[in-house]
Amino acid sequence: MGEKLLELKDLSIDYKIKDGYLSAVNKVNFTIDRGEVFAIVGESGCGKSTLAHSILRLLPGGNEIVTGEIHFKDEDLTLVDQERMEHVRGKEIGMIFQNPLDSLNPVFRVGDQIEEALLLDDMSEEDAYKRVIELFKDVKMPDAEERAKSFPHELSGGMRQRVMIAMMLSRNPELLIADEPTTALDVTIEAQILEILKQMKKEFNAAIMLITHNFGLVAEIADKIGVMYAGEMVEQGDVFEIFENPQHPYTKLLMKALPSGTKNDGRLQTIDGSVPRITEKKPECRFANRCPLADEKCRTENPPMEWISDTHYCKCFHLGEEEK
Amino acid sequence: MAEQETMIKLDGLKKYFVVKSGLIKTKKQYVRAVDEISLEIKTGEVVGLVGESGSGKTTLARVVLGLTKMTGGDVYIDGVDLAHASRQDMKKLRREIAVVFQDPLSNLNPRQTVESSIMRPMLIHGVPKAEAKQKAKEVLDMVKMDQRYLNSFPHQLSGGQLQRIAIARALALNPKIMILDEPTSALDVSVQAQILNLLIELQEDLHLTYLVITHDLNVIKYISDKIAVMYLGRLVEFGTTEDIAKNPLHPYTRSLMASAPVLDPRLRREDKELLKGDPGSLMKIGAGCRFADRCPYATEECKNSEPEVTYVNEHHQVNCYHPLGEVK
Amino acid sequence: MSKKKEKANKPKKVILNQRFDDTFRQCIHNSNFMIGFFIILSVILIAVFSGVLEPYPYDEQMVGPRLEGPSWEHWFGTDNYGRDELSRVIEGSKLALWVAFLGASVELALGITIGLAMGYFGKWVDRTFSFLTDLTWCIPGTILALAVVTIIGKGLTNTIIAVSLVAWAGYARPVRSKTMSLKNMAFIETGRAFGESSRAIMFKYIFPNVVPSLIVMVSMNLPGTIMSTTTLSYLGLGSQPPSADWGLALSDGMKFISRAPWLSIYPGLALVYTTLGFNLLGEGLRDILDPHMKSQ
Repeated sequence: MGEKLLELKDLSIDYKIKDGYLSAVNKVNFTIDRGEVFAIVGESGCGKSTLAHSILRLLPGGNEIVTGEIHFKDEDLTLVDQERMEHVRGKEIGMIFQNPLDSLNPVFRVGDQIEEALLLDDMSEEDAYKRVIELFKDVKMPDAEERAKSFPHELSGGMRQRVMIAMMLSRNPELLIADEPTTALDVTIEAQILEILKQMKKEFNAAIMLITHNFGLVAEIADKIGVMYAGEMVEQGDVFEIFENPQHPYTKLLMKALPSGTKNDGRLQTIDGSVPRITEKKPECRFANRCPLADEKCRTENPPMEWISDTHYCKCFHLGEEEK
Repeated sequence: MAEQETMIKLDGLKKYFVVKSGLIKTKKQYVRAVDEISLEIKTGEVVGLVGESGSGKTTLARVVLGLTKMTGGDVYIDGVDLAHASRQDMKKLRREIAVVFQDPLSNLNPRQTVESSIMRPMLIHGVPKAEAKQKAKEVLDMVKMDQRYLNSFPHQLSGGQLQRIAIARALALNPKIMILDEPTSALDVSVQAQILNLLIELQEDLHLTYLVITHDLNVIKYISDKIAVMYLGRLVEFGTTEDIAKNPLHPYTRSLMASAPVLDPRLRREDKELLKGDPGSLMKIGAGCRFADRCPYATEECKNSEPEVTYVNEHHQVNCYHPLGEVK
Repeated sequence: MSKKKEKANKPKKVILNQRFDDTFRQCIHNSNFMIGFFIILSVILIAVFSGVLEPYPYDEQMVGPRLEGPSWEHWFGTDNYGRDELSRVIEGSKLALWVAFLGASVELALGITIGLAMGYFGKWVDRTFSFLTDLTWCIPGTILALAVVTIIGKGLTNTIIAVSLVAWAGYARPVRSKTMSLKNMAFIETGRAFGESSRAIMFKYIFPNVVPSLIVMVSMNLPGTIMSTTTLSYLGLGSQPPSADWGLALSDGMKFISRAPWLSIYPGLALVYTTLGFNLLGEGLRDILDPHMKSQ
């Protein structure tokens, strides 16, 4: 596809805890091209959010250790200084979160909050206001002029998320990281926000990194998916290939666990056990304790990256095998 | 399906809240959270109640649970008239209706062990302690939890385990009706599947009647026999899952179904028939149909007066002047 | 399957032990808590063993010369009746603890019941008691307590009751807000749905969840209660002679402040020591039990 925008090489994130380390992300590799939507899917605790936050150095507390490389355009974001990072955050990579109310300042009008950023770029006040209204129209805000004068608490969840997207668009970022952007919203609003994201991708050729647990969103918007489990990316590839032909046992089970028909069409697949807490790194497949196909090898060796096609890989010893 | 008896019957149910505004001259305003809702749930049926935030679905459930008083209309549960129920009747109803809420952690008292949480409802209803202890073990078995968890505290358990325990507690008094308010919304996909399967199994084994409230359309389609769709306090459509999913008559139901994400990238549509605008607010309801502002088919009639319930057939009711079937 | 569950359960047990260990370790490493703890422990021990520790009967007159400064026979000197000041200060510790105990009990009983009722019932119950708590807020507590004492009569116990009748508001407010935030939680709604009575909801469901913050509140509020009672004793409305109450002792000592300052200094120090202990203990407990407040 297009030109490479973001590339993660062997990115690992460990948290220092009282008696050792907690492995949150382990040796994750992927690239995102310009104009591409890359979705990272996984259940809670799989490390997807940690991964997303680490790109912009937004991890909360000082007790994490990030190793590996994060190449954005032509620099490694793990090496740049604080000042450069702030520039990247504001201008080049934008981020939206699950709960937009937390990200907006409650005591300022939403229009002013966006305007402020524009004014920093030596834009005249009049132009900035016009631009805000323009942006609000871009994100399909109803009554744009009226809404610009509202305070965050006066807006509905969907409108707040629109404000966040408008705020981000005002900086023309090349990459947008969206962390569960629609989880807190109603379905009809979710569909509207998805449309805006699709449009952004088309009109501004923006790349989007979508973090979600919702396979429906992925099917709707993504070009590529990475499936994460217990800190590792177990399968990655083109969205059509993965939905049609999932290879990793975890991906397969997860897709069968999603309700799509009625109870009369058959029961949902379930996955026994729970996600392990990984406190020591040893050669093993992290899904082994819950996997129906697991054998001795899975518990003692790291599964290699098996390429199914040019755009689809999976980390598993038992490709092509069915559950006994 | 054989002819079944009615378990829950709502007849013109209304629940209004009074909101006062203004400092000196207080203006009284009514929020019509649930307005003129009529529907019947038969014994052993699973009815899904779906709607966006502010549609009044949780308020409806709270009325049925007897947690809040209705403003008008009638509710009959297992033959008892809720508005005029005697103490004795109320006590009977409290045994018969159980509830499981969304948030796994707040569903259980953080300072009580699993065992005492499960035993509590039985003790209130006069079950002897020894018997209650025995029953606690039984219901834990029914939800496929090991008995070792009896002495655990909520913070020691995972979301899925907590939800199982909430279900176990709901089963303790052998209820006839279970009200499930977003029972899986806070859970991961793989755990959600376990809980949904468990709920279906229990419903079939014990012949329970379920009222399931959720905003997740895929979940509701999976678990329900019938679906009721609410919009801003009104019941816009009620019918069998198949009718609602494949042949929705109300424009809102149709857009709602279209908004539900489809789990297949090949079915990605470029131009979805998307609903415009926000659901609006219960505070500002005009004289007409509440959906008129967002409805692509709205006419003058829709904006001026509220439509009445129309029965398409015995199992399918719709609240619209222009049901989509006619448009075709 | 069961094996898997066993595996999943084990680490959780370890975590539970860790939680306990953590709390214990936090206590030991929290200097405020430890200093406060040992101060209060020492006051309790002194009160318990006062019979053994007091060198002379505290109320016997003329065990030495009048108004004599500290000496080997009388470490803290003697007062104008020739009573041994050290014995009197030791005896006063019993009264101080009695004030703390009775005061806390009355305040808690009132504060918790009223706070729960305000938060749970809302409406007129909340409005009425909110008005009362606001009242105690805007009139100085000591003056209000003074008014109460003049109605119910002098004496230490009455003084404690008077002070508590004013101070309960300090508990009622936080209990009320905690109750309001708890009452809409799912487990309470569920309880109501299966027929739990209002009283059971308040005392079996909400109350146990308020306890941790109450422990902190008690040790933070106690110094106030002790000080208010002391003030009333100082003003002559609390303990009556020949009681060894520190407040009374301070007030008596004032008459001889230039001739015999030790009569004011030692009871004063004892008072400072005790209230400081409760304060430190409270602050330590707050840091340990209420991590949210610490971060603020």
